[in-house]
Amino acid sequence: MNTSLNYAYYPGCSSTGTSVEYDMSSRAICAALGIQLQDVPDWSCCGSTPAHTVDHSLSSALSARNLDQVASMGLDSCITPCPSCLANLKTAKHKMQDENFRDKVNKLLEKPANTQVETKSVLQILVEDYGIENIKKKVVKPLTGLVVGAYYGCILNRPAELMQFDSREHPMAMDNIMEALGATVVPFPLKVECCGASFGIPRKDVVMRLSGKLLDTAQEIGALALVTACPLCQMNLDMRQSQINRANGTKHNIPIFYFTQLLGLALGLTEKELGMDKLCVSPRTLLNSIAKEEQIKEKAA
Amino acid sequence: MKIGVFVCHCGSNIEATVDTATVAAAAREFPGVVFATDTMYTCSEPGQDEIVDAIKEHNLDGIVVASCSPRMHEQTFRRTVERAGLNKYLFEMANIREHVSWIGKDREANTNKAVDLVRMASEKLMNNQPLYPKKFTINKRVLIIGGGVAGIQAALDCADGGLEVVMVEKTSTIGGKMAKLDKTFPTVDCSSCILGPRMVDVAQHPNITLYAFSEIEEINGYVGNFEIKVKKKATYVDWDACTGCGICMEKCPSKKATDTFNEEIDFTKAINIPFAQAIPKKAKIDPEFCTMLKKGKCGVCAKVCPSGCIDYEMKDEFITEKVGAIVTATGFDLFDWTVYEEYGGGRYPDVITSLQYERMLSASGPTGGHIKRPSDGKEPKDVVFIQCVGSRDKSVGRPYCTGFCCMYTAKQAILTKDHLPGSQSYVFYMDIRAAGKLYDEFTRRAMEEYDTNYIRGRVSMIYPKGDKLLVRGADTLMGTQVEVDADLVVLAVGAEASKGASKLAEKLRISYDSYGFYMEGHPKLKPVETNTAGVYLAGACQGPKDIPSSVAQGSAAAAKVLGLFSKDQLESDPQVSTVDIKRCIGCGKCIQTCPFGAIKEIDFRGMIKANVIETICQGCGICTSTCPQGAVQLQHSTDNQILSEVNALCQF
Repeated sequence: MNTSLNYAYYPGCSSTGTSVEYDMSSRAICAALGIQLQDVPDWSCCGSTPAHTVDHSLSSALSARNLDQVASMGLDSCITPCPSCLANLKTAKHKMQDENFRDKVNKLLEKPANTQVETKSVLQILVEDYGIENIKKKVVKPLTGLVVGAYYGCILNRPAELMQFDSREHPMAMDNIMEALGATVVPFPLKVECCGASFGIPRKDVVMRLSGKLLDTAQEIGALALVTACPLCQMNLDMRQSQINRANGTKHNIPIFYFTQLLGLALGLTEKELGMDKLCVSPRTLLNSIAKEEQIKEKAA
Repeated sequence: MKIGVFVCHCGSNIEATVDTATVAAAAREFPGVVFATDTMYTCSEPGQDEIVDAIKEHNLDGIVVASCSPRMHEQTFRRTVERAGLNKYLFEMANIREHVSWIGKDREANTNKAVDLVRMASEKLMNNQPLYPKKFTINKRVLIIGGGVAGIQAALDCADGGLEVVMVEKTSTIGGKMAKLDKTFPTVDCSSCILGPRMVDVAQHPNITLYAFSEIEEINGYVGNFEIKVKKKATYVDWDACTGCGICMEKCPSKKATDTFNEEIDFTKAINIPFAQAIPKKAKIDPEFCTMLKKGKCGVCAKVCPSGCIDYEMKDEFITEKVGAIVTATGFDLFDWTVYEEYGGGRYPDVITSLQYERMLSASGPTGGHIKRPSDGKEPKDVVFIQCVGSRDKSVGRPYCTGFCCMYTAKQAILTKDHLPGSQSYVFYMDIRAAGKLYDEFTRRAMEEYDTNYIRGRVSMIYPKGDKLLVRGADTLMGTQVEVDADLVVLAVGAEASKGASKLAEKLRISYDSYGFYMEGHPKLKPVETNTAGVYLAGACQGPKDIPSSVAQGSAAAAKVLGLFSKDQLESDPQVSTVDIKRCIGCGKCIQTCPFGAIKEIDFRGMIKANVIETICQGCGICTSTCPQGAVQLQHSTDNQILSEVNALCQF
């Protein structure tokens, strides 16, 4: 195992609000696995969806500033849990290879940005740098009996040329991690479908339809829970689940975890450290049943 | 030397950006030049006559034509000067079209460069020597590589024309891809009914020797006199004795062997005959699955064989064949569609290729002509065909159109309705490319008479929903998303160069494009020739082709071979290396570098010297740059000739 994993950590704005449990659990598992994180000093918003829909250079300026902050830490790689932040940071670096674009962006900044820093997702470094085999060795509480589907969302691996991780159509990173944790993974056929993303605000009906379909499919394949790696996906499926039920006349009660939460659980971290209480659809019954399965197994042994 | 210079306008191709009159005027000042003019089309009949007349009128003994690339018209002008009584090597060409007019717009700069190129040509010409070709006899036998429909056509045409034919086929039967097809478009006639008799003709023709389950190991020699080493792969069955009765296959207990003939929709036995009409109809053992060959236990086939032809000790055998020409007809393979993750990447059993579907439709196929879903054996009701899988798609490195998928998809939609009248077919297409005799009418029939639902758009995703597959795509005509609940999805997988095509090309010394398809001599005017004399192409090895085009090329290649063999002797190219025996020190460096093995050591009055075998030398010139003494000289590109060009260019 590589013990010297050390990254700059860019939490992203949702980590301070809607996805605080993603941030908590990401930090907790990194600590448990011995992965060192250093917060990017004075980080700002990456630009998110609004910035690049209005102005690409403005969006890149916001991201480039953050990359520059990382460079000033003397580190060459940065990780973030959020796929949207990841996409913006990577896009800024990519687009600024063009000289004209770079000049335009740098004019918006106090000083020309150093964008040499490589950004990866927390998921990517766990799979590629830490290794699933090594994660498996650290499991103390296997997720026995948890039947789970992995939902990646549409931007985690796309565009493939930019993201350079896993398959754009059939990613397996979270499936493989869940399997290593002892869960029963059912292939989720809509793993890269859109959840409706930020349309929850202007066009809620779109999210009701798209996220509704995801929940329907989860039920059809017998998944007791879904794991996600994206704050927006998680929010649409979890926080809006009751809205979706009302709109579509369904009765879904499917807990939607961040993969980091389940990973933390298997590593023996407490539910509190992992922010389990922040989930809208209560995972209580499901978590109890995992614990019970584990007890039965222990007794049998 | 009295040189004449002709500067061609090539219509406006050259004249538009080069002042040809100025080039001709400048040429008149060059040493040796006594006549120079510009002409509209030098290659035209009046243009050539002008050269002949000028030679006679001005007593010229060397000609420079400044025009296009020598690739096409060097031959033309050499014949012209020969017609006027000059040796054809007292001619030089300056390429002021591809190298000048087509690549730059600055008329003054272009004109100056054209003048330089003409100066180089005329300086070289002054150092040229008349050269004379030698004659050599040819072996009038032809090798056909590949026993698909193109190869079969070429073989039969050559054999009927009286030539001895050697056919080498990689698999254990001839027939190629066409033998796998159920029906053929646009006539919907039975593929094996039209191909079968041709295959039998190959087996029975007295002029054809067939090596099935064999590969080309080595090719040496040159046009008229090739020497081929053929590897007969071990079949573990004595084919002279095997009667093709099939008892061995029936009794073989190893039932999980890969069935490549049936596109792996079923398994075959470890000892197998690929299909009932196979030619030759002989059994072979697949050692990967044979218990006897793997573990030394079993031997059932040897026990049951009535003619005692099983030989577990059999080894690969090598045979040498001498031929004068080669026709390459190695066909194509299917693109590996599993890179399309959106179609399931191979995870869903009910997503199959069109060739697998074809085996399913075939009455002699593993399902006996019944359409069954691989997952549960049920008859499908809704069948979705997706076109352009691995065709016209830059993202998977296949930007070219395979060309025949639109047609076979229409055929398969028609056959689906014939087999299952209650079924509904859907075809996702990009454009319908049905350019051929009766082709468009045929696709119309699929739409209008067989109610096939043609949807113009790509499929973005296939995923399982219950026991169905949900196919989601765009309908670009309606501007909407469409979803079809399919029981079976058939992918029209595109063609790519056959596996091993590039390796064979290197043995043949022919060139291939970036996709591995063999390069024809000229894209329009030499469709079945290659740039290696005596090697011809037929069928899909040159690019994806349907059956009519492959057959046409098979016949065309045969016509070329028959034309070549209509002479008893060929002229050798005198542009080869020669050794100045006085300067040669016998160091042998040229022997080591020659890629063709054309230089041999000889004993000259007790001294070792190099000697070039003229018929093998390809005139590449590597030996000339290796020789420390300058003893080896490539005729028509000697050191002095090249230096005269350099001096002409670097005067200042």
